[in-house]
Amino acid sequence: MLSRCKPRTLFKSAHAYRAFSSLLRSPITKDYAELVRRAPASIVVDDSKDLEKYNSDWTGQYKGNSRIVCRPQSTEEVASILEYCSREKIGIVPQAGNTGVVGGSIPINDEVILSVERLNEIHSFDDINGIIQCGAGCVLQTLQAKVANWNHLVPIDLGSKGTCMIGGNVATNAGGQYYYRFGSIHANIIGLEVVLPNGTILDLMSTNRKDNTGYDLKHLFVGAEGTLGVITKVALNCPRLPSARNVAFLACNSFESVCQTLSLAKEKLGEVLAAFEFMDKQVLDQVASEKTIPLTDGKKNHNFCILVETLGSDREHDMEKLESFLEQATDAGHVVDGILAQDTRQVSIWEIRESCNPIIKSKGYNYKYDISLPLSEYYSIVEEMRERLLPFKGDIVVANWGHVIDGNLHLNVITPGKFEVDIQIKNSIEPFIFEYVVAKGGSISAEHGLGQCKNNYLGKYAKSKAAVAVMRSLKDSFDPNGILNPQKFLPSSNSKN
Amino acid sequence: MKILVGVKRVVDYAVKVRVGADGVNLKNVKMSLNPFCEIAVEEAVKLKENKAANVSEVVALSVGPKQCQETLRTALAMGCDRGIHISTDLRTDYMELQSDAVAKLFQKVIEEKEKDIHLVLVGKQAIDSDCGQVGPALAGYMSWPQCTFASKVDLDGDGLLVERETDSGTETIKVPKLPAVVTCDLRLNTPRYATLPNIMKAKKKKVDTYKAEEFGVDLEVKNKVLEVYEPPSRKEGILVDDVDTLIDKLRNEASVIQ
Repeated sequence: MLSRCKPRTLFKSAHAYRAFSSLLRSPITKDYAELVRRAPASIVVDDSKDLEKYNSDWTGQYKGNSRIVCRPQSTEEVASILEYCSREKIGIVPQAGNTGVVGGSIPINDEVILSVERLNEIHSFDDINGIIQCGAGCVLQTLQAKVANWNHLVPIDLGSKGTCMIGGNVATNAGGQYYYRFGSIHANIIGLEVVLPNGTILDLMSTNRKDNTGYDLKHLFVGAEGTLGVITKVALNCPRLPSARNVAFLACNSFESVCQTLSLAKEKLGEVLAAFEFMDKQVLDQVASEKTIPLTDGKKNHNFCILVETLGSDREHDMEKLESFLEQATDAGHVVDGILAQDTRQVSIWEIRESCNPIIKSKGYNYKYDISLPLSEYYSIVEEMRERLLPFKGDIVVANWGHVIDGNLHLNVITPGKFEVDIQIKNSIEPFIFEYVVAKGGSISAEHGLGQCKNNYLGKYAKSKAAVAVMRSLKDSFDPNGILNPQKFLPSSNSKN
Repeated sequence: MKILVGVKRVVDYAVKVRVGADGVNLKNVKMSLNPFCEIAVEEAVKLKENKAANVSEVVALSVGPKQCQETLRTALAMGCDRGIHISTDLRTDYMELQSDAVAKLFQKVIEEKEKDIHLVLVGKQAIDSDCGQVGPALAGYMSWPQCTFASKVDLDGDGLLVERETDSGTETIKVPKLPAVVTCDLRLNTPRYATLPNIMKAKKKKVDTYKAEEFGVDLEVKNKVLEVYEPPSRKEGILVDDVDTLIDKLRNEASVIQ
């Protein structure tokens, strides 16, 4: 999840503004007036309005000082705003649902916030080909409900589905619990409409799954975190809604048994395996304070619990596979206990998994990390981290959960009862965790991206000098004035990377 | 005491139902155990675990196509001992097979196949037909006492003490002697998860299959369905930016304020 980084200084007034680069300037009154003229639904800060919800993120880590939220109601209005800001050299922060965890959608100073929330029309759904075309501001849950009417589903599912918007999901290449089964956004994106920083509308919308004509430009914008262009429309592949769903909650004694169960699941469940998530005892203990864990070892929680979901087209067939897998996993001793949720209660099993994040957040200060590691190294970092933190006085819990099937671990260090960051604890975790991950060939940000939190680690812990150089030249080519998300995603200009 | 539990295979509660030329479209639609039947199974298994009840066996009964065997397996995995499947390809969502025929089939099972049933537990209604008639009709045919919408069931001497929920409050009914029919409401219990050991055991439990025609019951439709249609769709609301616009719309468009 979120990686903790150095606290940002807040600039309290426009006059104390420090330009991002020699190119950009702070917006002034005439700019606000002009932007409102170009996008009438925009909101400017005054005595009766504040932009609190646009200027801050849900984790409470980031706070911007923007004085305007542009809310364009059409692609043309987006183009008009970008054309103006590009010409006037004013910074822009594109924002969708604002549910990110790396501060990618929060202004660093008083950049103009460009919210896509009004681009929320669902243009069409082709239920024979399974392709939805909609505006970037459509809330994910709304899309899920819409396509469910025709027995389809959206290939991504996240805990934040009630708030996040598809434009943001695409811009961040969001992962989620069905990544293994349905593939990444890259795998499911059929078309995009993007507005380039100079105001050019790039129409890459399509309903063709196969089209080998020229460079596949849309993929550049997927995961670019709003730094190359602003996504205004999306065409996405939607698979058929499976008619058979099973959710099992299993208990294991060791992480090795979790891995063996995973291996068996892939072998026995094959194509119907949809999700395989794990939670360790430390996070279960925290969750147990608010929810009933359906499987316990007497009065204690098990060392590890796994959530396995199957999705298929034939209930009998899936049940046969599931029973065979469960029987073998139990006989071999990998799984020590388990339950199968009947239909009405499958949601409550998922709620246990999805509540890990909010419950942990409420307990104390979270040092959050979202890493990718090879399965063989996956849990050893947790054990090392616990060792490293032993010398510290007071309660420190290292709670872990994640998409073990994708090798994606959410490692969280919590100080229960204490809500302030402790620099000494932080320095004990970083840069150790990044160096460890890099040494084992993993990723320091599996799905959460870079934003303004991990961008300065790009060159040091993630990509080679040559790769970063190519990224910079792409950025300069698309956005020569650097107006989109300045000082984010790529290492900032004053960083040594 | 021997308990008979009715379990119905219905369209899953979360499915968005679509209406076609011949009624509700059931093709490729997710089906599951009727939620109220699940509550009935849980109550039966709870009674079995209660030593004072002295339950010898819990038998689950389902009427429908061959996929009902899966529904029965779920009931077995929750703790029922045996299953009976009455096989028919008639639609069980009221379009073809209706409550009266189902109640008569239950009666035949009790009179011919499972002669010593002391208690019948069924869900208060099925979420596809919403009739709520099988329990009361069966009690009528058997001349047994009936308690519907049970929210609490306790043993009381040779009989039961049942609390039932109504719109005006809860009433307590004493059933002096079994056998009886009880239909189960939402607040009666929270159904258990099927545990792995029970799922494995369920595979070995016996399920007997009979053809619906075998019983000599009239399966013909008694109430003809004239038309099935979806309710008119709700018009989408709009977002307003401020209170003044809201008042304006309430006054001039919705005409709900002066």
